[in-house]
Amino acid sequence: MIWVDTVLQGVLLGGLYALFALGLSLVFGIMRLVNLAHGDLIVLAAYLILMLVTLLGLGPFVAALIALPVMFAVGWVLQRLVLNRVLGPDILPPLLVTFGLSVVLQNALQEGFSADSRRIPAGWLETASVPVGPISLGVMPLLTFGSAILVTLALQFVFYRTALGRAFRATSDDPVTASLMGVKPASVFAMATGIAMVVVTIAALYLGTRANFDPTTGPARLIYAFEAVIIGGLGSLWGTLAGGIIIGVAQTVGAKINPEWQILAGHVAFLVVLLVRPRGLFPRAFD
Amino acid sequence: MSLLETRDLTGFYGDFQALFGVDITLSEGETVAVIGANGAGKTTLMRSISGVITQAPGMVRFDGREIGALPPDEIMALGIAVVPEGRKLFPSLSVEENLMMGCHRRKVAGPWSLDTVYGLFPILKERRHQPGTALSGGQQQMVSIGRALMSNPRVLLCDEISLGLAPVVIKDIYAAFPQIRETGASVVVVEQDVGQAMKVADRVYCMMEGRVTLSGRPSDLSREAIHDAYFGAAA
Repeated sequence: MIWVDTVLQGVLLGGLYALFALGLSLVFGIMRLVNLAHGDLIVLAAYLILMLVTLLGLGPFVAALIALPVMFAVGWVLQRLVLNRVLGPDILPPLLVTFGLSVVLQNALQEGFSADSRRIPAGWLETASVPVGPISLGVMPLLTFGSAILVTLALQFVFYRTALGRAFRATSDDPVTASLMGVKPASVFAMATGIAMVVVTIAALYLGTRANFDPTTGPARLIYAFEAVIIGGLGSLWGTLAGGIIIGVAQTVGAKINPEWQILAGHVAFLVVLLVRPRGLFPRAFD
Repeated sequence: MSLLETRDLTGFYGDFQALFGVDITLSEGETVAVIGANGAGKTTLMRSISGVITQAPGMVRFDGREIGALPPDEIMALGIAVVPEGRKLFPSLSVEENLMMGCHRRKVAGPWSLDTVYGLFPILKERRHQPGTALSGGQQQMVSIGRALMSNPRVLLCDEISLGLAPVVIKDIYAAFPQIRETGASVVVVEQDVGQAMKVADRVYCMMEGRVTLSGRPSDLSREAIHDAYFGAAA
């Protein structure tokens, strides 16, 4: 029974990792942009929610609701003013720019909020749980996992059922031909990064209520996000969710065997998947 | 007044000058063919008109407006649709989604819709949920033409649509042209296949090494004149 519990907790934790990863997967899938500042943007969103909670006395969920459009705008502007200028056949410039952005964000947050670790208070929800037979599952982890599934469904819907999603996929295939169809790749990319920042804000809500964070927490989140994206297969949204769950389960199982092995087990699982399926579990048919 | 014209158009393909002052005109409802060998500058001409290559504003005029410097998406919004060389279907999209991309930006009422495009190429309706790339070359070309028609364009630019297709398939595709012309669209056909071009066009421009070397009505041009304009006169 204890193992069932461990695996279930891992699956729920995987929801959080999937939320970290979905924004990254979306942006990479559409514009082949690897955003090294993704983890720091999650931390930025967490501070934004924290500020709304502490300054205005809002609940964390209401605060996140307000933070969503703000972060969408941040993403849109970031893409328009910065990232669109460096996208091109060479993948190095966007890597360097997002790496620089990561450094800038960490230092700006350090200036503004100090290096103290913080947490978004969630009141009674922090300790609430529901008993399922002999196991009890935390309400926050359940909400996290539910949100990860909802976000995946929503992104899947946007991608495959809307004109915007059609433009996303067409632009990802061939930006020049897409522009001959009247698509403005620069606007499509700005929309994509805006949507990715909405996902980032949802991830930040659950990151910030689950554990402490400080201005330098970002890069560690980025590693989990990367691993989830690569395990799932680049560009596959359901694959990204599966990747998050695999890392989550590996971590809780590893921790169960030996508490020192938690992080290591996640990375080992990632390497094993790479060995067995170098293109990930659900690779796209072509690239 | 002509609907579309280029004035003293120069163009570069990388560092290489591909066009040396090209003047062509297209009137409302007219079909014009541009013929020439590989490297004559036909594709650079198409890319200049469609905006993939940015030019000086006055070098390309559409409906009295200078469009040489506009980006491709705005030129398409004005009503110039392209059937690009090599078909360029979106591999992640189904046949129907590829067609829908044609009216992503320019949504004007007109003769062309999913239904009428399927009427023109019935095979596409059967295949509409398959990925565009699962189709044969000729069927892919039909998708590419249908996709351009979906915007109800005023000018249709067809770049090398017979390239790499079997003669019988080329015939099938060109069989659709009378119906396209009936709807009033003006058409520019870029072809290496001189015979096919002469059959569909009201007027022909022959290009060689970045210049127009011959133009006129197909019936007024002799085989020798075209041969010389296409390959260069024998010294």
